[in-house]
Amino acid sequence: MVQSAPTSAPLEPRGKGPPFSIARADDALRLRGELRVDDAAAIWKGISDGLADAKQGRVDLDFSEVEVIDGAVMSLVVQARAELSARGVRAELVGANERVQALVHLYGGDEKPARRQRRKAEGFVEHVGRATADVLAALRGVVSFLGSMAAAVVGVLRKPRSGNFGEIPALVERTGADAIPIIVLLNFLLGFVMGFQAARQLEKYGANLYVADLVGISVTRELAPLMTAIIVCGRSGAAFAAELGTMRVSEEIDALRTMGFGPVRYLVLPRTLSLMIVVPILTLFGDIVGILGGLIVAATTLKVTPIAYLTESRLAITARDVESGLMKSVVFALAIGLIACQQGFATSGGAQGVGRRTTSTVVTSLFAIVLIDAVFTVLYRVVGI
Amino acid sequence: MSEPFIEVSNLTIGWGPDALLLEHANFTVDEGEIFAILGGSGSGKSTLLRYLIGLERPLAGEVTIKGVGHPNLEVGRPPFGVMFQGGALFGSMTLLENVVLPLTEWVDVPVDAATAMARAKLKLVGLEGSGDKLPSELSGGMKKRGAIARAMALEPPLLFLDEPSAGLDPVTSAELDDLLLTLKSVVGVTLVIVSHELASIFKIADRCILLDKETKSIIAAGPPSQLKESDDPRVSDFFNRRPRAA
Repeated sequence: MVQSAPTSAPLEPRGKGPPFSIARADDALRLRGELRVDDAAAIWKGISDGLADAKQGRVDLDFSEVEVIDGAVMSLVVQARAELSARGVRAELVGANERVQALVHLYGGDEKPARRQRRKAEGFVEHVGRATADVLAALRGVVSFLGSMAAAVVGVLRKPRSGNFGEIPALVERTGADAIPIIVLLNFLLGFVMGFQAARQLEKYGANLYVADLVGISVTRELAPLMTAIIVCGRSGAAFAAELGTMRVSEEIDALRTMGFGPVRYLVLPRTLSLMIVVPILTLFGDIVGILGGLIVAATTLKVTPIAYLTESRLAITARDVESGLMKSVVFALAIGLIACQQGFATSGGAQGVGRRTTSTVVTSLFAIVLIDAVFTVLYRVVGI
Repeated sequence: MSEPFIEVSNLTIGWGPDALLLEHANFTVDEGEIFAILGGSGSGKSTLLRYLIGLERPLAGEVTIKGVGHPNLEVGRPPFGVMFQGGALFGSMTLLENVVLPLTEWVDVPVDAATAMARAKLKLVGLEGSGDKLPSELSGGMKKRGAIARAMALEPPLLFLDEPSAGLDPVTSAELDDLLLTLKSVVGVTLVIVSHELASIFKIADRCILLDKETKSIIAAGPPSQLKESDDPRVSDFFNRRPRAA
């Protein structure tokens, strides 16, 4: 017997209100009327309240006055029955007409209530183990990709006609020509800001002209290559990762493989090569407009004539400064291309996977760019460039 | 005679006056039946479905469901569920979360109740143990069944299914057919199915229409078993899987 089983008034009166009622009467919970998904919240509350005091014994879920019930509400009744069973109360669905009984059967209301197995939470050791395995798998993927890339380069060097060079002009246009406006604008502003900040300090010492030295050397050696690489990473790197990632999840890369095209040779090499062609050229544009930005600041705020500024720039900036920046930019381009393509190739899991890999491309590339820049700075210092 | 559940009147669809797919089509779907839209590749079956569910606006004509024109899909709760060809499950959510999603949007139930309702739907389609999986971890057949569970979550009286059996093995396909018959007989759902899987159509469809790419029209309508015996060679060739004469 149920411990406490007072007869309750219907929880939802019929009439103008909901088209159903749920009432507890002794050892039964009586459901009446039309029980549909639109009233699911009230029905669930009615069932939960009606069965709240059932702790042991038996409670029948009485369907004898149910006119209509849909699958969603039936699943709530089945869930309530399973919860009763977990509390040690035996509950049966009784009195259903033939049509309702068919739905009871469809939703397993006449089966033994299932007890859901709660998944054991992952422990600390399991978590560390899984994370380590994930990192090792990712590293293996990167090494494997670099190996494929090396093999593809050797293959193309041995047999140049096997390279997909036809795609390079279009890629150069997409990654280079289309990027010129944003590269020019941002590098100009960078030179402008750099010149402005320098002007305020140099003016104090009457060294106005040296703003040309400061802007020229910092732009050509550091700022233009760095800013250009960051823009290319956010623009073309992300695009490559998304493009290859989408190809990966839609099995286009597998199709290439089955047709005998090495996907690294066919897709990665042209993209990486196009970036290695384009980024130094964009950097050179960045150098020029960056110096121009400094010139405008010097001419407008420091009373330095353009001729004097350009003459001083020519004396301060050596070919080696420009070359050092351009060399760096080639390595930046290589890193962006490889990271973007590797991330694209490693994509799995549909649209979300593509988004995740695109984000990862930008973050990893930015980290790589700064790291490579630091290595070059130390290297140049050591070899005296 | 009772009012048809879906009434398509003088419907003309396509991508513009020069790229019509179907002209002046008329047909009705009765409540509680399984109605199939058939046709060869490129005849516009799936596109017609997009017009029936209101994703596209027709060039001419009208589609009404229970006498009412299409609801605004942007604001209202549609009176139907849809299973798209590839399932269209959201890749960022587990299968269970996919089925819970419409319940959280339209039914104000606590999370545990919504979860119980969603689990019941997954059990109904035979995916009881797969609720925690992502769609990328599911086979094609499981995605389709998961999509049916999601489409059924709000107990719509009408279900549209685009190629439910395509690409499935015979056993899974037969199980899916049984599920659709159960939805019709036990739950009382009206089903509109786009397909060219004849075995499945003969088993489950009460009536069907056959679209023709050349004439941009419906060239046959009726029970599949009757159409198989049609005098029109275009119809009988289709239903008897005969290659077209050169």
